[in-house]
Order: sequence, then structure tokens, then C-alpha cells
Amino acid sequence: MHEWALAEAIISSAIDVAEREGLTEVKEVKIKVGELQQVEIDILEFALSELKTGKLKNAKFVIETVKAKLRCRVCGYVWNFSRNRLDDVSREAVHFVPETIHAYIKCPKCGSPDFEILEGRGVLLESIRGVK
Amino acid sequence: MDPRMAVIDKRLEGVRRVIAVSSGKGGVGKSLIASALALHLARRGFMVGLFDADFTSPSTHRILGVRDLEIKEEKGILPIHFRGLKYMSIVAFSKENPLPLRGADVSNALIELFSAMLWGNLDYLIVDMPPGIGDATLDITRLVRKIEFLIVSTSSVLAFETVEKLLALLKELKVPVIGIIENMKMKQDSPIKEKVARFGASFLGDLPFDSEVEDALGDVDALLRTVFAQKLAEIVPRIICQNS
Repeated sequence: MHEWALAEAIISSAIDVAEREGLTEVKEVKIKVGELQQVEIDILEFALSELKTGKLKNAKFVIETVKAKLRCRVCGYVWNFSRNRLDDVSREAVHFVPETIHAYIKCPKCGSPDFEILEGRGVLLESIRGVK
Repeated sequence: MDPRMAVIDKRLEGVRRVIAVSSGKGGVGKSLIASALALHLARRGFMVGLFDADFTSPSTHRILGVRDLEIKEEKGILPIHFRGLKYMSIVAFSKENPLPLRGADVSNALIELFSAMLWGNLDYLIVDMPPGIGDATLDITRLVRKIEFLIVSTSSVLAFETVEKLLALLKELKVPVIGIIENMKMKQDSPIKEKVARFGASFLGDLPFDSEVEDALGDVDALLRTVFAQKLAEIVPRIICQNS
């Protein structure tokens, strides 16, 4: 259900952008969703369709998932996040606050917990298309 | 574009005052004061939230004895109800594991929680800050429009020197400061009150070093019986009155 909070943020943000750009109607909103947050796309889509009103009423939401890539700051190793490495408790924690990944996984090569999330962390508003 | 920023004001619209309990240095008693302040305000009948924003060294859950830190959600993350407080700590997510975070991660986690937490209606949201003028301090002044700072120092000039820097930063950022509490006062002729006055800030009061506090950790009733907590209760009206 955290997807509803994310959907609300996307809608608020899209409305802000539409206002700023002087759009009278929004046709399309492109969103990137990072794998690390393990967002249930079906729920996010449903929440967006339920929450869209006004200028966004007829908007189509295009959602692209982005692989989560991590890089060790100690040895430089780059690897893809896999939710299978986590148990249910840590999976849920990372879903709500992706940074808590640092509490649960380490670099698979050197074992350091000092790694960075290169891409695929969470939700980003990529672009908005509409009419003025 | 990060969509989370657009929803933070809305998440806090039911919160009347957000008070960041902060300091220049660690170990001055911020978390204890934040926890006891939240409890005192709740006892006075206010609706109070306590948010532990010290992600790498959280301690309010230990001070209060919060054990069931389960994550509950309903179209957002719900705070835990504990002894009349709405409460949240990163420990609900990281459990007892170390959480080594760099600055950008601290910012991201702070934005995530401020954008997803459903605090509802509160008179006060007390935020226990990490020490210093790093990412969390800069972020909270940027993210939370209604933020006010309550600053903690010890009697040591070393602690107060860092407080001066914090005060200078907050002045520059035009962030309201409720005042300064001198904690663990070492001697009667402590220079802190005078130094605060010279800085044009408000001195709210001092608290003694209380050796009983250590044994009261994890027990709210015992904590509230300490001299530390009772002295803090005398300062609370000054915090309530100072609606910056």
C-alpha cells in the first residue's frame, strides 16, 4: 500500500509541473520506477488511475522499470540488486526506505557495506506531455 | 524529477509545530531531551509525535523502551502508538543492524520518510536530529517549511562553540530558533547563559547532570521521575509559549 503514497506524490508533482508549464491538459506522464524499491506496478497503476483528477483526468501513465545497480566504494565491483538475496523482513524494509539496503547486504566481492546505489533506487518523474 | 518533494507539505499540514532538537556536537543529550520533551507535552494533553531522524545512531527507542517497532501502512507509513505518542524511528526498518549511510543516503531516507509518513493531526512533532550542520540539518530546513529549532548544549565551551556555528547557519537560513537548553550543567557560574545572551538567542534553562538517568533508560515512568525530567518539565512552558 506504500504504492498509494508514491502515487500521491507523483500526482502532486505532475500537477505542479503542469501548472508551471501552463498546460491545460496532461496527455502523458512518464515515470521511472527503480527495482530497489520493489514497487508493485499493478497497485501503483491502480492508485494513479484512482487519484488522477482535473488536468490529469485523461492522462496516460507510462511506467518504465529500471534495474537497480550497486557499486562497491571499496573494491569498485558493480552488481545488480536481486530481491532474492533478502528475507521477507528486510525486503519490506527496503521497499519502504531503500537506503536500509545498507543494513542488509554487503558487496558480494569484498564484503564491504560501503556501496552506492548507482541507479534504480525509487520513483522518478521522467517527463510530462500535454496541451497548452 | 523527484516526485516525493511535492507531497511533504501535505503530509505535515495537520501538524501545528515541528521542532527539531539539535546540537553542534553529539553526546550532549539531544535524544534524551527530545524524548522527555515529547512525553511532557503529551502529558499536558497535546497530540505529540516523535521522529528519530538520527538514522546512523538512533537511540530514542532505547530511551523510551519501544519494543514493537512493526511497520504498519495504510496508503502511507503509519507511526507507532507508544505511551500517548506517535512514534517513528529508522530502527523499524533497519532493526538492530548497523546502518552505515553517506550524506546522499541520509537525504534520500529523510525525504522518503517525510513524504510517506502519515502523522495526521498533531500539536507537536518533535524531531530528534543527528548532531552538527551536515546533510540532515540542511535537508530538514529545506524540506519542512514550518521547522523550528530547539538547541542543546552542555556547559563546555567546546559544545557551545559548535552551537554558535549552528546558530549562525540557522540565522543565515532564516530558520526560527526557540532557544537553547544547557544540559549536564557542571557548575553554578557556567558561562553558557551569558554566551547565549551575547548571541541574541533565548536561554531556556539548564538541566543538571543526573546519574539516575542511566538506570531509567527504557522505562518511561522511571525516566519521568528523574531530576533531569522534572527540571525539563519546568522549561516546557517556555517552549510552548515561544511560537516562533
